[in-house]
Amino acid sequence: MSVRVQAEDFDLGAELAALRAGRTDIGALVSFTGLVRDVTAGAGAISALELEHYPAMTLRALGAIEAEAAARWPLRASLIIHRHGLLHPGDQIMMVATASESRAAAFAAAEFLMDYLKSRAPFWKKETRPDGAHWVAARDEDEAALAAWDR
Amino acid sequence: MSLTVLYFAWLRERIGESEERVETSAATVADLVAELREREPRYALAFSDMRAVRVAVDQELADLAAPLAGAREVAFFPPMTGG
Repeated sequence: MSVRVQAEDFDLGAELAALRAGRTDIGALVSFTGLVRDVTAGAGAISALELEHYPAMTLRALGAIEAEAAARWPLRASLIIHRHGLLHPGDQIMMVATASESRAAAFAAAEFLMDYLKSRAPFWKKETRPDGAHWVAARDEDEAALAAWDR
Repeated sequence: MSLTVLYFAWLRERIGESEERVETSAATVADLVAELREREPRYALAFSDMRAVRVAVDQELADLAAPLAGAREVAFFPPMTGG
């Protein structure tokens, strides 16, 4: 179980290899990678994405989210990496990886982590588009996805 | 009491600061917001629609009714957009 917040990029393959290194009890390893895309519905091309965060709260919030996932599913290992700072289209923003004995728990936990990160990790995104820089609004669907885990 | 007050994203931009020390006797977050609004128009503008503002007290998500007794740090920010 591990959480990292960093400006630097990460090597997805190396992170997944490290997560399972020396382990023979993992039957399923799921990963999700979030990338900067250059399009946003109807608003023109994105040339840059600035990620601001609340350092004193970020690690604590991510750690709490990861602990909640570990309490709900029998995970053998997990990893969250989230970047901050100035990113560009094609760059990696963040990743989650979940490992368990079989795939159902790993898939579900990865989706749970993503749903929580979207609305409960203290990051804010600002997109640069042809018409200027704009803070990305939170989406109602993301809050609804979170609420669904409580049902 | 003396609180560290932090602002993020568009709240930081509207208020023009990321962090300040605030001397206050506010009992709750809502009282603190009311005090800040009275200070200057930039605060009144930033806090004009509290439905668009989230708050954390000592790095834990809280709501406007949260008490400030014993608190050291209050942060105001828009809904989070991680992931």
